[in-house]
Amino acid sequence: MSLTATAKAGPRSPAGPGPGPDDGRAAALRRTWRKASPYAYIAPFFTLFLAFGLFPLLYTAFVSLYRVELQTSGEMEWRGIANYTALFTDEFFWTSLRNTFTIGVLSTVPQLAMALGLAHLLNYKLRGRTFVRTAILLPYATSVAAATLVFAQLFGKDFGLINYALGLVGFDPVDWQTGTVASQIAVSSIVIWRWTGYNALIYLAGMQSIPHELYEAAEMDGASRWRQFVHVTLPGLRPTIVFTVIISTIGATQLFGEPLLFEGSISGGISHQYQTLGLYMYEQGWGFFHLGRAAAIAWVMFVLIVVLVGANALLVRRRARKEAGR
Amino acid sequence: MPIARAAKRATVRLGAVVLAGALLAACGTGDSSDTSDSAGGKVTLNVDLFGSFGFKEAGLYEEYQKLNPNITIKQSDTQDEADYWKSLQTRLAGGGGLADVQGVEVGRIASVTQQQADKFQDLKEFGADKLKGEFAEAKWSAATTKDGKVLGLGTDVGPEAMCYRTDLFEQAGLPTDREELAKKWSTWDGYLELGKQYKKKAPAKSAWLDSVGSLYGIMIGQEKERYYDASGELIYEKNPAVKAAWDTSVEAAEAGLSAKLDQWSPQWNQAFAAGSFATIPCPAWMLGYVKGQAGDAGKGKWDIAKLPGGAGNWGGSYLSIPRAAKHKEEAYALIAWLTAPEQQAKVFQKQGNFPSSTGAIEKIAGAKDTYFSDAPIGQIFGEAAKASPVQVLGVHDQNVMQQITNALSEVERKGVSSEKAWGTAKKGVDNVIG
Repeated sequence: MSLTATAKAGPRSPAGPGPGPDDGRAAALRRTWRKASPYAYIAPFFTLFLAFGLFPLLYTAFVSLYRVELQTSGEMEWRGIANYTALFTDEFFWTSLRNTFTIGVLSTVPQLAMALGLAHLLNYKLRGRTFVRTAILLPYATSVAAATLVFAQLFGKDFGLINYALGLVGFDPVDWQTGTVASQIAVSSIVIWRWTGYNALIYLAGMQSIPHELYEAAEMDGASRWRQFVHVTLPGLRPTIVFTVIISTIGATQLFGEPLLFEGSISGGISHQYQTLGLYMYEQGWGFFHLGRAAAIAWVMFVLIVVLVGANALLVRRRARKEAGR
Repeated sequence: MPIARAAKRATVRLGAVVLAGALLAACGTGDSSDTSDSAGGKVTLNVDLFGSFGFKEAGLYEEYQKLNPNITIKQSDTQDEADYWKSLQTRLAGGGGLADVQGVEVGRIASVTQQQADKFQDLKEFGADKLKGEFAEAKWSAATTKDGKVLGLGTDVGPEAMCYRTDLFEQAGLPTDREELAKKWSTWDGYLELGKQYKKKAPAKSAWLDSVGSLYGIMIGQEKERYYDASGELIYEKNPAVKAAWDTSVEAAEAGLSAKLDQWSPQWNQAFAAGSFATIPCPAWMLGYVKGQAGDAGKGKWDIAKLPGGAGNWGGSYLSIPRAAKHKEEAYALIAWLTAPEQQAKVFQKQGNFPSSTGAIEKIAGAKDTYFSDAPIGQIFGEAAKASPVQVLGVHDQNVMQQITNALSEVERKGVSSEKAWGTAKKGVDNVIG
């Protein structure tokens, strides 16, 4: 603050001794640059964000008010909010909303629970710890397409490995593509496989910031590893858990690649049984070329995510306040 | 200002510039390939197709490149036509990334002539007019707009027959002779009846039919009017032909005659070689697909008989040139050559895609196919082509069909009732029409 104050005082005393008029101009220039340069540095990001983030967002909102078909994209027909209101009576929309929710729960809950357990185990001194830590991140490094195509083979009805294994134990083959619950479990399993290791590493990082003394103290008090986990690790991890829950919620709401590639069906199976919101938007936009309706769905998804994340944040804040008051 | 700090600042500044440049460059490099290749008279023609057109398999590209040393042909291929069409539509709307030659399925040609005539090249500008007499009348008129622009040259048509596995038929104690079978299944009822017999003594894990979607598709191909009438009005709901094909398919599903596969899915592909089904309704273009999926091991095990319930047409394609294509003149020379009678006849002999050129049809009348137990494919498909109806095509033909076959799969694979599934189909179609 004082630095800027002296800098501002500079040019007001041209008669005084010291730097001549040329030097003063250079100094002024330098000062301007000093003030402006941070903006110049962040400008590339904001330029790109304006061009590829904000503009598409607003344009999508604009398009969602019209009837626009990809094949005749020049002819736009005003519809107002009809694209939105149509969604309320659209059975397929509700199906996909419900599917997004159930697949989200089916994949997020076991995924985070398993990640927590894995991280807890990895937090102990294991032999080849670095190797194991790297290895659990491998699924995350695999592309969605490759993983999904392999899983689709595994879940095949007639020639799939999973049904073969089930057959060995005496179960009837499951039609993983057709059944509503079965197909959602299959799609969730891909998500779980890909993201468990990623979340485990985040938890691991969180765990390592928990002071070691706490564990030592707990151990001296005779707490078992399980009690240590419940009473030391979990409270210490709360902010990390909140972070992963928010990230997973956003991911689950946007789930797209896995259900699309699972059977190569844009309708999410023959009766939309595992069609997510993202997939439904894609079907409207790039299956039937109704860009206006697809844009409306995109905005509904956007609002949904904002609401979900907001609810999450509210929950956390209330909890933190409660604890502060304790 | 200390030197170290100045240097650091300069580095940051440079970094920012490089980063921005890299990001912008990354955004811009989408379609900048193949712009410089016309230098020195060399032209690379990009041909973008779906399914199996058979040009490459029949060695036509090589031949053309030998005849025209300055031309190089690059083909890209998408297996599923629905995926192909999606990507083509996106590129047409954006105006970039289009190949010099784009394939168009007959179920989409009405969309091209009625909705997108301004995005495709009028081939009359290159003198396509004089080819008119070489093509079957219906094929030519479907690619012509109301104001007379010709937007595509016909490749194949899809006369229909029934492909079947003689080895499986034998094991189930059914006759394997194609003449005898044609008599036994002269109607669809006869076909289902034979299927029920097959089911009783069939080898394990083998069904009569691949999917009821195929059955519906081949039956609807026997009709003149399907989803639209000649005035362009959507009539599928009240069309008795659609109802009849639907009912027969439901009957087959409920009798457990199908292997419950989804056409074009990986499972469907695997089933060709595994013997999961004994019959598959096959338009001529399916022959190449069967050969590809069933492989050499299937050679001689397959045969072809006349289709139950009369002749029909399912599919067939066109070659078109988008307005945004880079080498239109060269592209036209190529597609005119590829669709000429000699070449169409070669594709038929290699791949089974039945020619739409009248000259070629004469040439191949006596053709037989060793893969399909020496079936007289020239005769079987030739007769079907002559007798099949000239179909009324509509803008959303393909998507409407997709919704109906999806709903049929519900009956087939989930045991949903016919009425409920039809309700789903109607909702699906409403969704398509928007």
